[in-house]
Amino acid sequence: MGALLDIDRLAVALPGPRGPLPILHDVSLTVGEGELVGIAGESGCGKSMTAQTVLGLLPPGAKTTGSARFDGRELLTLDRKGWQRVRGRGIAMVFQDPTAALHPMLTVGTQLTEHMRIHLGMNRKAAQRRAVDLLDQVRLPDPERALRAYPHQFSGGMRQRVAIAGALAAQPRLLIADEPTTALDVTVQAGILALLDRLRRDTGLAVAFITHDLGVLSALTARSYVFYAGRVVEAGPTGALLTGPRHPYTAALLGARPHGGQTGVALTPIPGSPPAPGELPPGCAFSTRCAHVRDECRTAVPPLHPAGPDRTSACVIRTELEVAA
Amino acid sequence: MTTRTTDNPGAATTAAPGPRPRLSHRHPMLAYLAKRLVITAGLLLGVTVLTFGLVQVVPGDPVTANLSDQALNDPAAVAAFRAKWGLDQPVYLQYWHYLQHLLSGDLGTSQQTGRAVVEDLLHYVPATMELAIPTMLLALLLGTGIGMLAAVRNGRLTDQLIRVGALLGLSTPPFWLSLVVLYLFFYQLGLSPSGGRLSPGFTPPDTVTGMYTVDAALSGQWELAWDAAQHLVLPVLVLTCLTVAILVRFVRSSMLEVLQHDYIKAAYAKGLPTSLVLRRHLLRAGLVPVITVSGLAFASLLSGTVLVENIFGWPGLGQYAYRSASALDLPAILGASLFVALVYTLVNLAVDLLYGLIDPRIRLQ
Repeated sequence: MGALLDIDRLAVALPGPRGPLPILHDVSLTVGEGELVGIAGESGCGKSMTAQTVLGLLPPGAKTTGSARFDGRELLTLDRKGWQRVRGRGIAMVFQDPTAALHPMLTVGTQLTEHMRIHLGMNRKAAQRRAVDLLDQVRLPDPERALRAYPHQFSGGMRQRVAIAGALAAQPRLLIADEPTTALDVTVQAGILALLDRLRRDTGLAVAFITHDLGVLSALTARSYVFYAGRVVEAGPTGALLTGPRHPYTAALLGARPHGGQTGVALTPIPGSPPAPGELPPGCAFSTRCAHVRDECRTAVPPLHPAGPDRTSACVIRTELEVAA
Repeated sequence: MTTRTTDNPGAATTAAPGPRPRLSHRHPMLAYLAKRLVITAGLLLGVTVLTFGLVQVVPGDPVTANLSDQALNDPAAVAAFRAKWGLDQPVYLQYWHYLQHLLSGDLGTSQQTGRAVVEDLLHYVPATMELAIPTMLLALLLGTGIGMLAAVRNGRLTDQLIRVGALLGLSTPPFWLSLVVLYLFFYQLGLSPSGGRLSPGFTPPDTVTGMYTVDAALSGQWELAWDAAQHLVLPVLVLTCLTVAILVRFVRSSMLEVLQHDYIKAAYAKGLPTSLVLRRHLLRAGLVPVITVSGLAFASLLSGTVLVENIFGWPGLGQYAYRSASALDLPAILGASLFVALVYTLVNLAVDLLYGLIDPRIRLQ
């Protein structure tokens, strides 16, 4: 049985001033039916680009190789009509900033129902009834009135609930949540995360959860991928990945994260910054910042290798990390 | 637990649409309009002061501009002219008398036409409106469509061609374009009349709006309406070219900016057909900044276009203002200036109201 979303050796290059600029390299990733999968990494590492590829939202002129299959069907070769059927209905997306992702001049009702009417063939009345149900489902108070309101009349957290309801409107099977809590207050984040988890359990929705916050993953996802400079550098069960990382980058990310209860523990920032696309060093992209770097890291890109049960890592010292853990 | 939140202060903070601001202020719209009206009145007063002052400073004398050489040599005639138009009084008194008349709706009498300025305006302004209104409608339609097309095809051949076309339109002098279309459509092809509002042999319809096509159609004189419409074609064509060129550039850049927004991406991500995304999501947001430019363009058209009106023999406001200015015909200059100022303030008011209509975020403030 194939996965719902099966990305295989995907590479994406965007048109740049000096020729194509490679953004994603050799990305393989799966999301199973009803599964909640985490995708983590710093900004600019290719997480969002992966999401945009899967929705056909890459800027014009972007070149893709490899494959991305949704429910067995290849996405990368879809024409415009084909994309219109997949978007919203098969794969839906929640954006990072709900304020930017909701149209400021259209009512919530319009934004919730317009794609329902196209994908589900509903009339106005039926679509509005479903919109009220959806808003109820995402726990938005007074849904009837909300339909007539505009996005700016809601708080940030409520806006994200509206956006999630909109993403769910046409009954998609996969939801891509691109940092859906990053733009929100910390107190609001937990509510949104709980909502996503509840929706997955209630409706069998598969969720790809993109974040830069590894802590969020542990609470939510069973499996996670860690991206660095357009590559997957480590993948595996979230719990194991966070407690015993098999890639120095994952370990470094964990070290740079504030620890909830612990005080007095100094954070360890990762030296330097991620290389820009097109300025990658030869060999491992993390070699310029890695504390464990060896000569061989600077010559060839290490491929993903098994590193424990259901785990893979793209690091030459993955076995030593395993022993150390 | 979905209760109406209007009378529940606890829920009102979480319920999204907050309480309507200032319920005590029952008619914020009326208050706003009243405020704008007062501002407009002040502005018009300022225009009279400025125009009055400017005309005093300008070298030249209405007497020499209006009287024949023979009359100028006759001191009695000069004195009579000065007395008749109040030019023998000090400026502040002239101004004071002018204001007094103005308040009763009397703009004075034009030295050139010998008619009341109000009457002159009622004659010349509708002629200009007859050009300005179809021009603006056409320009809005074409400008929005072409500008949007350029934005959606950003950087591609269509976009390049449109941009070059818009630049050409902007840099083409209107009088030159007028002469070219006249040469082509009147002289070479014989398809259109050479100018004026009606062909010889037709008499203007009874005045309702003052716009011949409209008035003729209202009274059922279809032949007359058709003739008047034919006279509109060339000047409207020239003015539309210019206005479209201005609008296309604005629409294009505005739409390009909107296209960057996440909500456009989100609209596509919902699986909406492109036509719907463009029509509902892009157009609405992209038009907001365009409204201002369109308003200014419309006001400028309504204020008359001297060169185009001149070449097409169109008796519009531009011609009237031009002739009054060259004759230092103070009442007429003041009347035309007041009208233009009024047009600009009214158009600006309409623009502000339109903003509120299109953008709900502005509506609530």
